[in-house]
Amino acid sequence: MSSMSKTQERAALLQGTLDMLVLRTLLYGPAHGHQIGKHIQRTTNDFLQMQHGSLYPALHRLEQKGWIVSKWEVAPDRNREFKYYRLTARGKKQLVLEQSKWKQMVEAVARVLSTAAEES
Amino acid sequence: MKPWRQLRKRDADVERELQSDLDLEEEEQRERGVPPQEARHAALRAFGNPTLISEQTRAVWTWNALENFLRDLRIGIRTLFRSPGFSVLAVLVMALCIGAATSLFTVMRSVLLRPLPFRDPDRLVMIYEHFRGPENNAQGFNYTPVAPADYLDWRAQTHGFEDMAAWYYFPPNLTGEHGELPEMVQAGGGSWNLFPLLGVNAAIGRTFTESEDHPDGDVVLLTWSLFQRRFGGDSSIVGRPIHLNGKPYAVVGVLPRWFTYPDAEVQLWVPYARIGSEVLTHHEYHFSRVVARLRPDVNLASALSQVEALQYQLHMQNLHAPVAEDVASRTLIDDLAQDVKKPLIILLCAVGCMLLIGCLNVANLMVARSAARQKEIAICSALGAKRITLIRIQLIESLLISMAGGITGVVLSLAATKWLVGRWKDLPPVQNVHPDGVVLVVACALIFGAALLAGLLPAISSTSKRAIAETSSRASSLTPCLTAAGSQARTALRKTLLTVEIATTVVLLIAAGLLLKSFWRLRTTDVGCVTDNVLTMHYSLPGKKYDSPAKVNAFNETLLERVRAMPGVRAAALGSTVPGAGYGGDDLFTIPEHPRLAPGTPQPEALFRTADPEYFSALQIPLLSGRFFTSADRNGRPKTVIISDQLMRQYFPGENPLGQHIHSMRGSADYEIVGVVADTRYLVGQPDKVTLYFPVLGGENTAGMALAVRTAADALSISIPIQKLVAELDPQLPVSHVLTMQQIIEQSLGNASLSASLVLGFAVMSLLLASVGLYGVLSYLTIQRTGEIGVRMALGAQRGAVVRLMLVDGLRPAFYGLVLGLAASVGAVRLIQSMLYGTKPLDPAIFASVAATLLAVAALACLVPAWKAARIDPMQALRTE
Repeated sequence: MSSMSKTQERAALLQGTLDMLVLRTLLYGPAHGHQIGKHIQRTTNDFLQMQHGSLYPALHRLEQKGWIVSKWEVAPDRNREFKYYRLTARGKKQLVLEQSKWKQMVEAVARVLSTAAEES
Repeated sequence: MKPWRQLRKRDADVERELQSDLDLEEEEQRERGVPPQEARHAALRAFGNPTLISEQTRAVWTWNALENFLRDLRIGIRTLFRSPGFSVLAVLVMALCIGAATSLFTVMRSVLLRPLPFRDPDRLVMIYEHFRGPENNAQGFNYTPVAPADYLDWRAQTHGFEDMAAWYYFPPNLTGEHGELPEMVQAGGGSWNLFPLLGVNAAIGRTFTESEDHPDGDVVLLTWSLFQRRFGGDSSIVGRPIHLNGKPYAVVGVLPRWFTYPDAEVQLWVPYARIGSEVLTHHEYHFSRVVARLRPDVNLASALSQVEALQYQLHMQNLHAPVAEDVASRTLIDDLAQDVKKPLIILLCAVGCMLLIGCLNVANLMVARSAARQKEIAICSALGAKRITLIRIQLIESLLISMAGGITGVVLSLAATKWLVGRWKDLPPVQNVHPDGVVLVVACALIFGAALLAGLLPAISSTSKRAIAETSSRASSLTPCLTAAGSQARTALRKTLLTVEIATTVVLLIAAGLLLKSFWRLRTTDVGCVTDNVLTMHYSLPGKKYDSPAKVNAFNETLLERVRAMPGVRAAALGSTVPGAGYGGDDLFTIPEHPRLAPGTPQPEALFRTADPEYFSALQIPLLSGRFFTSADRNGRPKTVIISDQLMRQYFPGENPLGQHIHSMRGSADYEIVGVVADTRYLVGQPDKVTLYFPVLGGENTAGMALAVRTAADALSISIPIQKLVAELDPQLPVSHVLTMQQIIEQSLGNASLSASLVLGFAVMSLLLASVGLYGVLSYLTIQRTGEIGVRMALGAQRGAVVRLMLVDGLRPAFYGLVLGLAASVGAVRLIQSMLYGTKPLDPAIFASVAATLLAVAALACLVPAWKAARIDPMQALRTE
């Protein structure tokens, strides 16, 4: 139980940002869980080590909220089925919202840091 | 909560997703050049533990639904245990109300809502005749039993119904083969197709055949209870004869155990036509009940219209006879339940009121509690709990109380239902009263409804933005948040709840008062004769043995002589029946000295009675003019009759009836009027009817005799000696209906006593709940206004003034409730109007006494908190502020 709560704590910290990153990834087109994880890892130059333990719960949470939908489809290059996720219209709206909130927070933090730098 | 199958599908889906992605990872590792055995491990390392991941994924959705609910449940249970006084009280109130409601609904379900155990019971209807005219419908729409000739004509000449059958009651003497005691049983005469029409097969043997249904058909069907009781369950009785009224009847079959139609008293059945070929031709003897089965393709209205048309024809062909003009029908289930339908519905309304009051009381208690928990709620809200969540938590608490109370109540209702069925004599026994699935569903619905009613209002009020904001602003205070300003909304809510409670209680009290008064009026009705220390019993001389007037008179006179000689007997009377015991049969008459009746006017009708010479003096019915019968009035010579006072006033206004004659249809002769006696009532609650008395010593063997014995002391003590005497005179003659006059009148009061006492019980309970509620609110107000009272007293207010202040504050909602309740009662009493006897629905005495009682009880409930308020030490009060 304690390990689960620790993982949940970590997930809680990343929750808002991870959701936003997943939505952003899906903006460019449908992808399955593995692809999404690899994409985030690649585009952040391996900075954000993708914990699959946070990714899959996040995907299901987003699906529950109705921001993404899933479908089992056959991959074009492999002869197997994967669960592909797509962004919904609500999800797109949510992404815009999250992005603007993120921008505000970044600006606020930057201002604090710059004034602190001036003072110091 | 999603069903388990869906959850498992979801789990499988997650597993599949993780597996497919893991396989992909493995493939990519291999493509990167990692050797195959290594690839798996590398993939797992890169991916992570799939089991752990699937657990974490699953936690996303299960956490939201089920675990939230379980957590709320745990919190609710803990909170309720923390305040045991409140919880126990609330659970008790709920248990009482839900238990009573479930009990009554069980009865209603069994009696009115469950289909009868017959084949296609919803297609069965009873058909009655209906007399037009206001005097016939004075007591309400009349459903008159059918005359045999009418029934036979309907059956032969109309085709709207699949089939029709008929039956009637008759009381034969059943005598034993081997010296068993003789017994008068209630029997039914049923047409041969009655049992197939209802869909009843004999348990042993068979039912009647068509050829057996004629005046000499000496066959009989036993009911299961008689079969067990008298014949020991020995199936060899089938085929052997039993003796009814001295004649042998062959037993052709035994009916099944569950068949108790029309009531549990009917012990055996003979064929319908046994009444005699002469009677079967009459259109004016109304004693049969007709059951009809609808065709699947014909509706009731069109089938009935054929019968109506025929009946009207019969009426026009028999204008001077009491032949009905119309027919009326009702469903079989309504027919069986007609005595209990109205009181049952009234009782259900009363218990509904009590349930409402109970829920309001619990709501009141919860509002009081929420005052103490306001801080907790404010903190929760500040930590981000949504209002819906807080409301849900409080609703779950009220649901827990309601479920605990409901389950206790349902268990209690099992016992209560048994008691109720034991006390309520009129319940049709065709259905066994027991709880079933529907009752359980309704009980659950009641529990949820009560939880919602009791919990929603307090929850909404305590989580309103205003309530929380006011609490948060005083978050630093150490005192409980009971300031005057912060809980104004709460006080208003409690006062409103209390007003509604009191209004409902007033309605119940008034209904109870009216029913009680009506019952008392019924009980103290004068039936016109002495009722103390009078024992009655019935016997029926079988025609086979007593086949001449001389033999009949011999038995009757000897019996009277011997009974009068017994010690302790003051007087004895013999007649066809006694006052208060029922209708007893009627007769048509004309008055030869008066002008002929115009054609088309109905013939006058009177109650038919026989009486011995000392009947009137024994029963203390005064003689108004003329004389009583003497022992010279015997064997039909001379033909004499005594009339009742009402008959004289109605048919001989302003003239002397003595010496004039009555032409009786039964006797087909003229009888000279020799006396006029005071009116008697044939049944309490019914208006008087004109009565004709004929001499018992006329020697006619009427259907039954009633012996009434007035004793010096306890009437029942003489019952066994008299029965022994009868057995001495004729060992084969059974007596039945051994009852005192008091018991007869009690019986005829029917349910009036039970309904009145039950409604009174509910009303008293509601009054108790309302006064406890009032006490609670006023105590609460006192604590609230402690500061204000302290200031007032410091400024010089006397204790008396403070008491008056608090009393007025507490009595105000009581007063509003009273006014509201009185207004509502004016409408509500119309519902019970038909159950009232000798009592106006808007009886001012009852209304006034209920108002006085309520104000007195309210004042009492307010007194203690008001007194406590007066004893507040102003210094203490100001300090706590």
